[in-house]
Amino acid sequence: MSGYLSIEDVSVSFQRAGVVSDVLKSISLAIGQGEYVSIIGHSGCGKSTLLNVAAGLVAPVSGGVILDRKEVAGPGPERAVVFQNHSLLPWLSCYDNVKLAVDKVFGGTKSKTERHDWVMHNLQLVQMAHAAAKRPGEVSGGMKQRIGIARALAMEPKVLLLDEPFGALDALTRASLQDAVAEIHARVGCTVLMITHDVDEAVYLSDRIVMMTNGPSASIGEILDVQLPRPRSRAMIADEPRFNHYRLRVLDFLHTRHAARAA
Amino acid sequence: MLAAVKPDLAVEAGPKPGAAVVQLPRARRRPRRHPAFAGKVAASVLPPVIVLLLVLAVWQALCSDPASLFPGPLSIWEQSRELIVDPFFNRGGVDKGLFWHVSSSLSRVALGFGLAALAGVLLGVLVGASVWAHRALDPVFQVLRTVPPLAWLPISLALFREAHPSALFVIFITSMWPIVINTAVGIRNLPQDYLNVGRVLRLSHAEMFFKIMLPAATPYIFTGLRIGIGMSWLAIVASEMLLGGVGIGFFIWDQYNASRISDIVVALIWVGLVGYALDRFVALLGRFASRGTAAS
Repeated sequence: MSGYLSIEDVSVSFQRAGVVSDVLKSISLAIGQGEYVSIIGHSGCGKSTLLNVAAGLVAPVSGGVILDRKEVAGPGPERAVVFQNHSLLPWLSCYDNVKLAVDKVFGGTKSKTERHDWVMHNLQLVQMAHAAAKRPGEVSGGMKQRIGIARALAMEPKVLLLDEPFGALDALTRASLQDAVAEIHARVGCTVLMITHDVDEAVYLSDRIVMMTNGPSASIGEILDVQLPRPRSRAMIADEPRFNHYRLRVLDFLHTRHAARAA
Repeated sequence: MLAAVKPDLAVEAGPKPGAAVVQLPRARRRPRRHPAFAGKVAASVLPPVIVLLLVLAVWQALCSDPASLFPGPLSIWEQSRELIVDPFFNRGGVDKGLFWHVSSSLSRVALGFGLAALAGVLLGVLVGASVWAHRALDPVFQVLRTVPPLAWLPISLALFREAHPSALFVIFITSMWPIVINTAVGIRNLPQDYLNVGRVLRLSHAEMFFKIMLPAATPYIFTGLRIGIGMSWLAIVASEMLLGGVGIGFFIWDQYNASRISDIVVALIWVGLVGYALDRFVALLGRFASRGTAAS
């Protein structure tokens, strides 16, 4: 199996108080360059762990991750992560949060004015240039997540890793952020791996949807190709029978064949 | 919802031809009782002023008897007028205005507390960052921090044999523990997400410390510094009482020996106000240093 980003036979287990619990069991997944892949599954199935393995934040017990023909060893800016709770540093302005990443990644290659322009370019990409001087505490949750996306994009990553990026947002904000991400994906052409538990979101944004079985020892249950033309719009998919067909496939997997055990 | 009004109803709403339109007197806008800002100031200033006046009145009533052992506010004003009105007189020796006593105490606090802040933050970072340092040192700190300031004084006199460095040491050793403990808590409670951001950016150890850990712990550090400066003010007044020389603590002891109770009351008010000012100063510093993320 080979791809731009390939997760090869990854197993993860955690040890707590002498008890070993297997979280992921031999997961293999190949993602092509520029592809938008979503991972969906019930909570606790280890999908965030899989993303953390791809990010290098969690080391797998066996198997490995290869990005652009190089093995991943530890975290790095070429696999930028957008964290679920934005993780902006509250003592820095929105501008400085992005600047921290830009200075670190491009400190040696770009001049000071180029770096400033690059920060502003990425803030404009997420439509947040107007809030550059504000602290994260002074902007809304959706805006924080936009800044988080700008920070990740500013690292010019080979892969953008989104860890339930819209999970904590209200429905309207979520929709506008999904559109923003779809537009950025079309413009920048970045490879995206996104964790989600929202079926509509997965179908709307993805080229492929990876459905995971329930943990412990979760594995990939099924992969669904979403063959909807791009660019997609909400008006278009509302009228699109294939959209509903894909939705049903995912819903059927999640709620009939791999229903969550009683919480 | 104006758009919802049916057109035929809307036409009927105007005065019918021939009907007289009676002008009703226009409702006069009620004048606002007071401007909002003045109201806020009054709401925060008036209660303490009223309570203060009440306390003074009760105090005066209780101590107005000429045979009373304790002076009331009016007799304090009579007996210690020079001390209250002119804090800057200087007749040499220890016969000085309260400003000079307070400033000499403050300079000791500045030095002792400055050293405590430096050592406390460094030790706190060590204890917060290293599990082994925490296991080894935390029990020691927890015991030492409960030792009262004055209990350190004999040891420090035995060590330094002079009043001035002994006073500094007492300040240092009493105010350091809250700084150490709070800094360690701040470093230990660092959110994993902030560390992950640093790891994704591949920050070096030094960058991780100065760009992530230290700013994230700043609100905790300043909580420790605030407790510490309060304790150092407690310690200086107590230790000066025993050590002598120029200083607000010694002044209080000296006036006690001279049976000038009213001067002591004036000095106590100075001690309280200066302690409050020190606390506010460190709190403001903290708000500035943590760029608004620390409560003050």
